[in-house]
Amino acid sequence: MGLALLVVIWLITFISTYFFAAKTWWLPHGASTAARFIDGQFTLTFVLMGIVFVAAQVALGYFAWKYRDRPSAPPVAYSHGNVKLEIVWTALTTILFIGLNLMGYPVWAANRWEPARPGAMQVEVTGMQFAWYFRYPGPDGRYGRTSPKLMDPSAGGEAAVGLDTSDPAAKDDVVTGSLYLPVNREVDLTLRSVDVIHSFFVPSLRFKQDAVPGLMIHMHFTPTEVGDYEIACAELCGLGHYKMHGMVHVLSQEDYEKWMAAREAEKQ
Amino acid sequence: MATYIPTRPVDHIGHDQNPPVPPRGGGDDGRSDYPNYGARLRRARLGLICGMVTVTMLFISLTSAYIVRRGLPTFDATKQGYFRDWGEVPLPWLLLGINTAILIISSITVEGARRSIARRAALAPVKSIPGVSLGDEKNFPWLAITVVLGFGFLLGQWLAWGELKARGFFVNTNPDASFIYLLTAAHALHLTGGIIAMIWAGITSLLHRPIEARRIAIDVTAWYWHFMAALWVYVFALFGLMR
Amino acid sequence: MATRATVHAHAAPQGFIRKYIFSLDHKVIGIQYIFLALTAVWVGMFLSLLMRIHLYWPNAVLPLIGEIKPETYTALLTMHGTIMVFFVLTTAPQGGFGNYFLPIQIGAPDMAFPVLNMLSFWTTFVAFVVMIAAFFVQGGAPLHGWTGYPPLSAVQSAGPGEGLGADLWITSIAIFCIASLMGALNFLTTTLDMRAKGMTMMRMPLTVWSWFITAMLGLLAFGVLLSAGILLLLDRNLGTSFYVPLVVVNGVQMGHKGGSPLLWQHLFWFFGHPEVYIAILPGMGVTSQILSTFSRKPIFGYRAMVYAMLTIGFFGFMVWGHHMFMSGMSPYSAFAFSILTMCIGVPSAIKTFNWLGTMMKGRIRFTTPMLYAIGFVSLFVSGGLSGPFLAQPVLDIQLHDTYFVVGHFHLIMGVAAIFGMFAATYYWVPKMFGRMMNEFWGRVHFFITLIGTYAIFMPMHYLGMAGGTRRYSSYLEVGYLTKLMPLHEFMTYAAIITIAAQFIFVINLFSSIFKGPKASDNPWEATTLEWTTATPPPHDNFNGMTPVVHNGPYEYGVPGAPKDYVMQTDTPVTVAGAH
Repeated sequence: MGLALLVVIWLITFISTYFFAAKTWWLPHGASTAARFIDGQFTLTFVLMGIVFVAAQVALGYFAWKYRDRPSAPPVAYSHGNVKLEIVWTALTTILFIGLNLMGYPVWAANRWEPARPGAMQVEVTGMQFAWYFRYPGPDGRYGRTSPKLMDPSAGGEAAVGLDTSDPAAKDDVVTGSLYLPVNREVDLTLRSVDVIHSFFVPSLRFKQDAVPGLMIHMHFTPTEVGDYEIACAELCGLGHYKMHGMVHVLSQEDYEKWMAAREAEKQ
Repeated sequence: MATYIPTRPVDHIGHDQNPPVPPRGGGDDGRSDYPNYGARLRRARLGLICGMVTVTMLFISLTSAYIVRRGLPTFDATKQGYFRDWGEVPLPWLLLGINTAILIISSITVEGARRSIARRAALAPVKSIPGVSLGDEKNFPWLAITVVLGFGFLLGQWLAWGELKARGFFVNTNPDASFIYLLTAAHALHLTGGIIAMIWAGITSLLHRPIEARRIAIDVTAWYWHFMAALWVYVFALFGLMR
Repeated sequence: MATRATVHAHAAPQGFIRKYIFSLDHKVIGIQYIFLALTAVWVGMFLSLLMRIHLYWPNAVLPLIGEIKPETYTALLTMHGTIMVFFVLTTAPQGGFGNYFLPIQIGAPDMAFPVLNMLSFWTTFVAFVVMIAAFFVQGGAPLHGWTGYPPLSAVQSAGPGEGLGADLWITSIAIFCIASLMGALNFLTTTLDMRAKGMTMMRMPLTVWSWFITAMLGLLAFGVLLSAGILLLLDRNLGTSFYVPLVVVNGVQMGHKGGSPLLWQHLFWFFGHPEVYIAILPGMGVTSQILSTFSRKPIFGYRAMVYAMLTIGFFGFMVWGHHMFMSGMSPYSAFAFSILTMCIGVPSAIKTFNWLGTMMKGRIRFTTPMLYAIGFVSLFVSGGLSGPFLAQPVLDIQLHDTYFVVGHFHLIMGVAAIFGMFAATYYWVPKMFGRMMNEFWGRVHFFITLIGTYAIFMPMHYLGMAGGTRRYSSYLEVGYLTKLMPLHEFMTYAAIITIAAQFIFVINLFSSIFKGPKASDNPWEATTLEWTTATPPPHDNFNGMTPVVHNGPYEYGVPGAPKDYVMQTDTPVTVAGAH
């Protein structure tokens, strides 16, 4: 029985670890400035925890086999423990866990404690059951007024976010269903939600933030590679949660400007 | 080297011998033929303390919600900015003050009931000796007065609610009103529990239960009642602090 | 050693109803709790099976149930979570085994307040009925998840199931809170006041410590959930604005103004985090007990184990914010919550080391309860080590609300706790029903369940790393998620096999209760007080006696002792040269 247990526990351990270590399913390719740091911290955590995981499971299986009861087994070592040993591993795990945690903070601070640099591109993200809308302030750099009374989700676009077209600042506001961004430029997103909590999650850009009704949350990131990235809603928002997706299109600066000019032209 | 030194023969339950009765220890109440009311009282009080911790947590949680909800602004799309949506409710201070006084007085009367029955319970073993008489007891109806005062307080709170409604503040009028209704209702509900317990204690006194058992019921109820009075003073003070 | 006692809190009841239905006997109540939880776990497991089937065969039309629509799926996940957390993980280890064995293990004839105990069970039962009723009302069960974040849970028009179903859901939880508070009060008073002579706090079995600390957590946590629930009910039905700001649902502006959705999250998780320890602590206790018993060795670091559990309980109240790193809460407080969360990893690690230390240099007897206890340690390690990932806010940017989280908490709080319950069942059924359980089928059940569990929950970590969001009724709508379908396929098959294997357990349990070989008073040669009394224990637990305790709870392999174990009531162990 001890041997069976050893084999099963070791097999589980090695198979589980294999799929992590072989990166069969790893973090998706990162395409933002934060990705490198986040992935680094993830890998570090993974290596350290992986060592502890394998060591603990291997020891568990080995002990089960080694100290199984059999006629030839030596008598048990009568002991109530060892205070010195307890202190040693308490100290070690404390250092390991706290140290590991502190190492992640520069990234967190850059992402969340510091606001976007001035001159960052402004985009407002609005979540509603079950779609994302993106609003660009236009050449004047100001968002037009929105009003809950004007919101019409079935109409989509401007009407869905309730844009008050009588406001002069709203005249050049562009509302889209996909997010278009120029590469290598910092984006300052303003996240809001009109009904329930949604979460704006772009795995490839290592970006996630809840959009909470009653709050305007500013969050910034910088895409570094041209490409199309999928958005998934990461906070249960109702029956259509699973299909509340969208796209982020990261374009070169010229392509972005062309696209934006076309949108502004449509508004006229 | 560790060695096992037997100091007494191993003795299992079920052996037909009479081991010496050990002195009280651990949590054992040294069970004897006479019900140990002291232990029961201690147990009941311990249970009460746990219950009071629970009620305290409930009110701490409501208080923190009150403070947080008052302090947090939320974004209002109609006004395009962050606003604190509060709106203070003018409270009927005089009425609430009278209620507070009633509850404090009732706390004093219930203490009278608690002490009176504790005294009588202490004398009970003496009285049970045949031929011993301590003369007629003159029982001041402390408990009944407390119950009446308790109902008085509830009535007062009801009137205070009526006054709020008359001033146009309903539970959903603004968050301050919501919390005022909620906290007073939560307190009143807990207080009603105390009244029921007291009425129950009064009924048991008619049922020829031993005085020591009744004493436990009244003792615990009295402490609960003090707690309710203190809780109300806290809620009352909180209302004052929040405006 | 024992002394005569003549007074019991209540006499042995006679009629069927007083004896088995509205019983005041903590043992009957414990069994009632266990069977309630057993019913609930089958319901919960069935719901998870439906979810897994739907994820892999989205268009399947099931007999009796029909087609699973997206809103059905979200209702399933809500009810699965709620039923499992409240009516299984909170009910069975604490209300069930705790109720049955806490008084016996401390040498008490019953709980401190038997009537309250009975009320506590029946209140739980009512809560369960109310919860199940949510399935059968207009609109069905709510779809807001077991965490019930408003405004989704607070606005009636936010989705199907958010009408009466959601009201029943929150009412059931409120009732459950009251039941748990009554139970916690009883557990604490009993432990503090009813210990037998000589049963000092530091001689209590670790199971008793775990139930005691769990009761403390319950006492402090459930009141907060109750208040949060009341606020939610008011928001839902009386138009108050505690949680709901101005929202526009389906183009209709609601009457609420200025509420804070984060307020609910703070209150809920202030309860919710201690709740995971409420679920797992009894499992830790029973694992310690069983590892020591079947390694024939004293538990390694008894005091360290007690302090570790107390520390876990203490820190458990200060880490709730780690569920909210992505919620819009202040990123500065995320730092504090994250450090405190890491601190909680330390006592957990100590416990693991001590379990390994207990097995080391022992003579391990591989009974079924021991297998489950070892399985518990394995799952605890696996589930625990994904904790330091999730405790880092910066990694939560990728992992929050993905299957990585689902895998993490299922391993550590779900299946580990259930392994604790399995261990407890195989260990204590001989005492409870006087019959041994079948060892062969116990082992078969163990190995299938252990492998199956890892097969279901380990791939969830891979899924989560790749960005696989949780609570999605279909993975076919989003491009990158569709590529992850093979993992879902594997997990679905694993789940079907593992769930099927649970029939082995139930059949083994019931056939053993009725037909198993008779159990002796102490079949495992264990030391704690429940093994000193008759099997099954008499109405007042010790047949008119009250045990006197001389020893610590885990005196195995004492050198020079007549047997390889010294019971708590045996001659005092005085060991020269050892501490």
